[in-house]
Order: sequence, then structure tokens, then C-alpha cells
Amino acid sequence: MAERVGIYVCHCGSNIAGMIDVEEVARWAGQSIKDVVVSRDYKFMCSSLGQKLIEDDIREQGLTRVVVAACSPHLHEKTFRRACQNAGLNQYLCQMTNIREHVSWVSTDRQKATEKAKALVAAAAERVKHQRPLEQGFVKVNPATLVIGGGIAGLQATLELADAGYPVYLVEREPSIGGHMAQFDKTFPTLDCSACILTPKMSEVGQHENVKMFTYAEVEEVSGSVGCFKVKIRQKARHVIFEKCTGCGICVEKCPRKVVDNVFEAGMGYRKAIYTPFPQAVPRTPVIDTANCTWFTRGKCQVCSKVCPTQAIDYDQKDEIIQIEVGNIIVATGWKLFDCTRIPQYGYGRLANVFTNMEFERMCNAAGPTGGKIVLRDGKTEPRRIAIIHCVGSRDVRHNQYCSAVCCMAALKFGHLVLEKTKAEVYSFYIDMRTPMKDYEEFYQRLLEEGMHFVRGKVAEVTDAARLPDEQGSLIVQVEDTLLGTQRRIPVDMVVLMAALEPQADAKELGLKLGISCSMAGWYTERHPKLDPVATMTDGVFVAGACQGPKDIPASVAQGAAAAARVAGMITAGKVTIEPIIASIDEQKCSGCRICNNLCPYNAIEYDEEKGVSRVVAAMCKGCGTCVSACPANAITGAHFSNEQIAAELEGILWDAIADGRPASAAPDGSKAPQSTPVGAA
Amino acid sequence: MSKGKLALYWAASCGGCEIAVLGIDEHILDVAKAFDIVFWPCATDGKVRDVEKMPDGSIDLCLFNGGIRTSEQEYMAQLMRRKSKVLVAFGSCAHEGCIPGLANLYNRKAIFDTVYKEGSTTFPENPQDHRPQPITDVPEGKLSLPLFYDTLKTLDQTVEVDYYLPGCPPEAKNIWAALVAVLEGKLPPKGSVIGLHTTVCDECPRKRSEKKIKKFYRTWEIIPDEENCLLEQGLVCCGIATRAGCGALCPQVNSPCIGCHGPNDGVEDYGARLMSALASVIDSQDPEEIQRIIAEGIPDPVGTFYRFSLAASYLRRSKAFGGDGAAAAQPTPLAAKA
Ligand SMILES: Cc1cc2nc3c(=O)[nH]c(=O)nc-3n(C[C@H](O)[C@H](O)[C@H](O)COP(=O)(O)OP(=O)(O)OC[C@H]3O[C@@H](n4cnc5c(N)ncnc54)[C@H](O)[C@@H]3O)c2cc1C
Ligand code: SF4
Ligand code: SF4
Ligand code: SF4
Ligand code: SF4
Repeated sequence: MAERVGIYVCHCGSNIAGMIDVEEVARWAGQSIKDVVVSRDYKFMCSSLGQKLIEDDIREQGLTRVVVAACSPHLHEKTFRRACQNAGLNQYLCQMTNIREHVSWVSTDRQKATEKAKALVAAAAERVKHQRPLEQGFVKVNPATLVIGGGIAGLQATLELADAGYPVYLVEREPSIGGHMAQFDKTFPTLDCSACILTPKMSEVGQHENVKMFTYAEVEEVSGSVGCFKVKIRQKARHVIFEKCTGCGICVEKCPRKVVDNVFEAGMGYRKAIYTPFPQAVPRTPVIDTANCTWFTRGKCQVCSKVCPTQAIDYDQKDEIIQIEVGNIIVATGWKLFDCTRIPQYGYGRLANVFTNMEFERMCNAAGPTGGKIVLRDGKTEPRRIAIIHCVGSRDVRHNQYCSAVCCMAALKFGHLVLEKTKAEVYSFYIDMRTPMKDYEEFYQRLLEEGMHFVRGKVAEVTDAARLPDEQGSLIVQVEDTLLGTQRRIPVDMVVLMAALEPQADAKELGLKLGISCSMAGWYTERHPKLDPVATMTDGVFVAGACQGPKDIPASVAQGAAAAARVAGMITAGKVTIEPIIASIDEQKCSGCRICNNLCPYNAIEYDEEKGVSRVVAAMCKGCGTCVSACPANAITGAHFSNEQIAAELEGILWDAIADGRPASAAPDGSKAPQSTPVGAA
Repeated sequence: MSKGKLALYWAASCGGCEIAVLGIDEHILDVAKAFDIVFWPCATDGKVRDVEKMPDGSIDLCLFNGGIRTSEQEYMAQLMRRKSKVLVAFGSCAHEGCIPGLANLYNRKAIFDTVYKEGSTTFPENPQDHRPQPITDVPEGKLSLPLFYDTLKTLDQTVEVDYYLPGCPPEAKNIWAALVAVLEGKLPPKGSVIGLHTTVCDECPRKRSEKKIKKFYRTWEIIPDEENCLLEQGLVCCGIATRAGCGALCPQVNSPCIGCHGPNDGVEDYGARLMSALASVIDSQDPEEIQRIIAEGIPDPVGTFYRFSLAASYLRRSKAFGGDGAAAAQPTPLAAKA
């Protein structure tokens, strides 16, 4: 039986009608396209009256297919689908074609624009006839959530959800939660003590009845999809039995092996081979660093095991794989520091008194390696002049184009600490001063008043090659002062490099496991940069904090809370809809060649070893079509994008090239036109 | 019970298909029991005029191998179609054009140049550059030869075909299965390809994993290991895109599938399918490197991806050489001989 097609051409005020003769398009469609029973134009199709037009025609004229020629489906596809559904027509039997963004807004010739609109309408009409009714599916949402990364963003997300009564699994790679914030002394712009505001949150998480924490652990594998992810967690061997350890710390005290601490102390201090990263660590259970422990490297020692009052040391402990099931995942893996040796002209690693910002943070910290004293590498000399160089590895096409967003403020914080703790002069070498958030500009004003020196210009070089007598024994900062318009050489005793925030080294790898992508710079990509900043293209996976892009603590906390709110929303709703426009694999046709296996950008394809066939996990597939076109056995079909539908659409668009002016229906059996007949010459 | 009537015919093909029929071994006796062979020029005596005299539709089954290159073949295809209830495109040539179809990269003139002028065996003996002519005057009268077309067509581009039996040549077990199906009246829907509905990998015992190809090798460049998928070892194994039914014969003797069974159900263009699959698993993001991997490893893309199916592909023939109207010209019936 022939379909009964309704065509609706929208004026969009003058947005469309100003460039396209919409009445003509509607009239032509009604006369020329086969099976069209109604064809109308209307001022605003998306208005309630416009929608009612469609609904009434479906009811009264018995339409079985609807085409709306209007704006982008991104804007109103839902509107028109709903109208169809309201009138009892399956919503997937409605097709939109975009004659605004694709035609009127980009055309200057009214006649050509009208012709193009006709072709698009014909294409949509031919296609819609081959569309099939589809039904949306649902999955239940597991109320548990996995949070990856125990920095401030992850902690905030964890607490929001746990306090709301939902179970949370928190996975942290380091032996303690806390993230970078645990390393700071003060936080800008308020100069709160970082530990004082962070540690209460850490212990709350550590003791929360709804939180199960895995520290010194990583995510090994993620399968499943929104509502029902299955996650394998690798709990690395601590060699300390978690349940037995009371956290007394006697083992750490007695361990004879000292190791440079490159993580928490940023290489500025030491820890033991058995250690907790810092005194307020959560959990307090230490770990043995087997690469340095004398028992593991030389088979001698076992002091820790001898002194432990609860026999908690277990040298034979192995990594353990733990399986959990969650409904949603929040990624909050933060950032890593730019490697300053990549800019050799700044001398880091070669000139002893060039420090990174994180080294300087540790130096300022009262609990840090120098007890909070600002001193040169020798550990005792107080510097008289300090240079702070901004944008090291940021805003630099050779390294990272982006602005790291927090280092200007951290530099001001450092300036304040120097002026507070020492008698030194302190210089900031900046390109632009970036202080846009609440109270930040005020903090900058404060430092101007406190007497910090500001030199506007990108530093060319830091060198110890003196040219003038008063440069002897100093580090010289060579810079073009762009405000004075001169080259300057400023001798100092200490240089602090404001190194960039960079994506974690394993960000891509983790992203692959989760089916989320990274921007060119390597930060996780949000679903929409303005309107959906914590969701990702993979349903049920959210991002928060600096893993999504450089940001300060308040923004990280806000995102942590936002992601938690999104997850809580999903848990309360209890189920999620899944789009039916997805791929499916015909098991009979699939030969198990495995071509498709690593093509899916959303990890939706799994391989069944036993049956030797591949399968699309419906809830994960986004219907992108990648696998459909790659399958050499033609075993994969993309619903709503069948070969038949696409061929019909093509024939519609070529209506004027087809002999009698009426679009032929697609040849469904794949029979081909005779070879000597060019298109249109029949 | 009256016996069925069977005919076999050989058009543009190497003749291997005729031999393949004998591969059914002692079953040939069963065939003789079940059918009267009314026309099989290769094996029995028979004249075209006898076939012309048979009532239309009187042959129960015709196995037609070979593509359509000449006017004579075209006439025979039409004749056999008219006389047969069931016409089977037998083997790759009739099904998709096969190797003779690769000559669609050229035209009649270029083919004749190669054969009668540049060919190392013909050239010195043909200094006057004689070419076959459709009509030649001799003292006794006119001699005629079938017209040689620019383009080789598949059987179904010439006449309606009921079934396809793929393979170069079809395997004995599939031939026998098809004959049994006819005898028992258990034929699949008209237009079907008789075989499996998946691809060769399904029958291939090799171990497969996720595919990532950094380099393609030609068969003489490496000796592949016997356990793992050949494609994963860099050999262009067409098994991924080729209809199963052969039992994965080639991969089992350490040789990549070359695609003689044609595409799986619903595939319009075999080569395009194979190419998009292979292109998807090249392990590089760098356009230049990808270009290099393809150019170095696949020096003959048409011969690799369309070895058997050029004549049946979307493009069908080379535009550079141009196909004239020869293929569309009126057939010259054999009966019109002067
Ligand atoms: C020198 C300096 C000073 C700063 N000072 C301030 C300041 O004063 N005020 C301010 O507002 N901001 C400051 N910032 C910015 C601040 O550091 C960030 O805003 C904050 O760290 C972001 O928190 P986060 O939780 O997103 O990431 P992070 O703090 O980086 O935490 C991420 C956590 O995830 C863990 N992790 C990473 N990968 C994995 C994995 N694969 N599996 C499991 N766990 C993983 C990490 O171990 C870490 O614990 C400063 C930055 C710098 C460089
Ligand atoms: S915040 Fe300041 S120092 Fe950091 S990259 Fe941006 S401009 Fe440079
Ligand atoms: S590409 Fe096609 S045939 Fe190969 S495993 Fe995937 S679905 Fe199966
Ligand atoms: S259509 Fe796209 S999202 Fe769906 S399974 Fe195929 S490749 Fe994955
Ligand atoms: S060797 Fe060829 S036929 Fe066998 S699995 Fe690999 S691609 Fe398929």
C-alpha cells in the first residue's frame, strides 16, 4: 500500500521565506512528489499552531509519513517527532530537512535557493517512505557510582552523592586521596591553609558509610553502558594488610631506607621505602615501594614486619582485581605538571636554583621539606631576589597553546608568601595578567601594593653567564620589557617557573576504556562546551575538575558537585531511555572477522569468542555508522540509515536528473541500470 | 518418473567450470540417472539448431558458465534463457565477470592490439596487422565471426538469472548440493546465490584478534605463520568480504583468500566493501603514512579488490578507454550466417 505523505514547509518568519519561495516549494511538492497527499507552507511550524497542523492532518487525512522542511533537526526534531507521536504516528516516521542553515542562510540567489529546497524536500520525502517505526528502549540505573580520582573535584562529587544516600566507589591511584591540593600551603586568593580546608573532606570521605574507597588502585577495564557498567579495578599490592594496619606509623619510622619523594614532595624531600605520602593521608595505611625496599631489592631487612605490632606486613601480597557494578561514572583525574626541562633556555635541571612551581609550593609548606623556609637549593641560604616566570609551557605554540588559568594567581600567591616570609625582592615576568574570577583582581592590586615587581614580557633566557660585575654569581633573567620597550637583564638568586597544567599521561588510555574522547590538547571533551560542561558523549560518564581543562579549586569543586547532581538525577529517574537509532549485527551473516572490533568510537562492539561473532551493545551504540560501512560481510545494519533509505534519499535529491521529473523509487533488489545509460538519459 | 532435462553451456570463461562439474565424482552417475543431458557442447554432441527447435521452457535446468563478451555468447544466453525453466549463472565468470571481466579496464581495440599486434607470440607472424572481422569476403562467399564487444557483461546483465553458483570454479560439494536442491524442488528464493550467507572467515580455522595493520605484504614477501589470521599478518586476505561456502580452502593452505566467491548477500559492490573494511583497520592516523602503507603494499588495487568482480561492480569498466555502443548493438544471431 502506498504511503500517505504530508509535507510542511516553514517560513521561519523571513528567515527562510526571505530567500526561498516557500509557497512554490510546497505547491511543487504537492504536485510532483509521488504519494504526497498534503503539502503546506506555514509561518512558524514550531509554534503550537504549526504543530497542530501536522497533528490534525495525521488524524484527518490519515498521513503515514511526515516531512518538515524547516531549521536544523538539532533544534526542532524533538518538537515535530512529539507532534507526530501525539497524533498516534510513530515519531521515527517524521523526517526533517534543513532548508534554513543549509539553504536560505547560505544563499544569495532566490531561484537557486528555491530549487535546492525542492531537491531537499524530495530527498526527505523519498527517504521517509522507507523509514520504519522504531521504539525507544529503557535500562534501569544502578544507584552506585564510580568516581575516578580523589582530588578535590572527585572528593566533592563523592561526598555529594554519599551524603544523598547513594553508594560511591572512589578509585585513587596514589596511596592517599587528596590530589594536588594536599601539596599546597595556602590557596589563593583568600590564603586559607590548604590542608585545613581539605583534610576534613578527606577524613569525611574516608569514614563515610556510603563510600568504598580504593586507594593505590586503578581502573583496569570498563564494560557495559549507562545504568549498568561493569568495572574491573586493579588494587595494587600495598604489602600491608589493610584490615590489620592501625596506621600507627612505627614501620615508617623504623624503615632504614630513604627515598627521594618525586610525587608528593615534588623531588624536594625524602620518604621511606614504606610510607604514607603525608601525615594526614587517608587512609593511613602505608604502602611498600617495592622498587626501593631493601627486602624486595636485596632480600635483606624485614624491619617493618618485625616492628609492626599487628603483623600487618605481607611481603607476598599480590595485585588484586576487584569487580564492581555501577550505573554512572565520574572522571576526576586532574592534571600533571609540564616538564620544565623541555624549555632548556630556562635552565631547569641544569641551574640548581631554578625551581618549578610545585617545588616552590612544597618549600612554602610548613609541613614540607624545608619546614616552610624559602631557601636556595643548598637548604640554608635565603635568596635576596626571586624571579617568577609565567606561562612556562602555556600559551606557547611549541608546547601548549592554552592558558593554564591558575598560574598567574599562583604566582601572585607566591609573591605574597615571599614578601611575608623573607626580605627578598620578588619579580613577576608575565605576558598578560589573568585574574578574572571573584576577588582575583583585588588580590593582584594587593600584591602591587605589597611591592611585588611586575615586568611585562616573555623571558628569553635564564643564565648564569655573567656579563656585568654585579651579575657575578647570580642567575640572570634576560627579558624584553614590553612596557619600557627595552631589553633587560635582571640578576636574581632564585627562579620559579610557573609550569603549565597538562593532561595526565594516561588520559587518552583511560578515555578509551571509558569511551570518552580528548580534545587536541588532551583534556576530556565535554558534551557541549557551554550547555553541557560535565556530561560526555558517552551516556553515564561525566567529567569534573581539571581533567576537563585547567581550572582552579572553586571551579573544580563546582564541577564535582555538578557531576554529582547529574548522576543523582539519573539515579532518581531510575531508568534511561536508549535511542533506537543504533547498529545491530546479524549473527548469521557475521563471520567473526573482527574488522569492526576496534572501530567503534563508543566501545559498543564486543566479540563473543564462543560463538565467534561480534555484537553491538545497544545501550552504548550511538548509531554513528562507522561499523556499518566497515563490515565486509554486510552483517551490520544501521537502523534508520538502511541502504534502502539512503539510496532513496539520493534518488530524491537527483529528482531533476531522473527522466520524468518524478523521483523513481529506489531499486530495492539492487538491480542496476544498464551500463550504457548515463543517469538521466533513460 | 520422467527424467529432468539438463543443459550446460560455456561462454567467456576458461573452461574450468566444465571440468568442475566432473568433480562431483560418482555422483555424475546419479545426475545421468536423474537428468537427460540435452545440450552440453563440451562433452556431448549437440547442435544449436536442435536447441532452437525445442519448445520454450522445456529444459528444466541450465548451468551457464562464462560472461558475455561476443554477440554469439549473447545470443546463446538469450536462447538458453528462453528454453530453460531454471537458469543458473554457474561460476564466477557468469556471476561477476571474473578474470575476463578485468579486460573491462580496456576496450576491443586495446585488447586486439595486445593479442594481434603486441603479443610476443603473434606479432612477428602478423606483420600486416590482420584483425578478426565480423564479415570477411572470400571467393566462396561471406564468412562471419561473432562481434567482439568492448565490454564484458555478466550473465544477469544480459538475461534474467534465477540462481547463482559462485566460485572459480564452484566446488563439487556445492554443485551437487545445488543439483539435489533442484531435484528435490527445495530451491531458495529466486535470485539467491547458492552458498552460505556469511563470509570465508566463518569457515577459517585461524585465530583472530582485533585488527591493526601497519604494513601490507605481497604473498611472495613473507611466509605467514599457520595459526593466526593472514590479514593480521599483513596479507590482503579477501576472506573477510567473500561469501563462504568454499570451506576456506586457500587460507587453510597458508594462502590468502582472493575472493572468487564474490560478496555476501546485499552487497552491491564487492571491491568497495573490501576496501572500506581494510581502510578501517590500517593502524595510523597520519594521512601520509596511510598513503604510503597502501601504495607500497597494494600496487594493483583493481586487481586486488576487483579481481573477480569488476564487470559486476558499480563502475563496471574503465572510462579512460571508453566503451562504445558495441555491447548495446543488436545481437548478430548465429542463424543469420550468410
Ligand atoms: C602551583 C599551583 C598552585 C595552585 N594553587 C591553587 C590555589 O591556591 N587555589 C586554587 O584554587 N587552585 C590552585 N591551583 C589549581 C589546583 O591545583 C587545581 O584546581 C586542582 O588541583 C584541581 O583538582 P582536581 O581534583 O581536578 O585534580 P587533582 O588535584 O590533580 O586530583 C586528581 C586526582 O586523581 C588521581 N588520578 C589521576 N589519574 C588517575 C587514574 N587514572 N586513576 C585513579 N586516580 C587518578 C590523582 O592521583 C589525583 O589524586 C594551583 C595549581 C598549581 C599548578
Ligand atoms: S594563568 Fe597566567 S601564567 Fe598561567 S598560562 Fe595563563 S597567563 Fe600564563
Ligand atoms: S566486521 Fe562484520 S563480519 Fe566482521 S566481525 Fe564485525 S560484524 Fe562480524
Ligand atoms: S554504529 Fe557507531 S556507535 Fe554504533 S556500534 Fe557501530 S561504530 Fe559503534
Ligand atoms: S585468514 Fe582470511 S579468511 Fe581467515 S580469518 Fe583471516 S581474513 Fe578471514
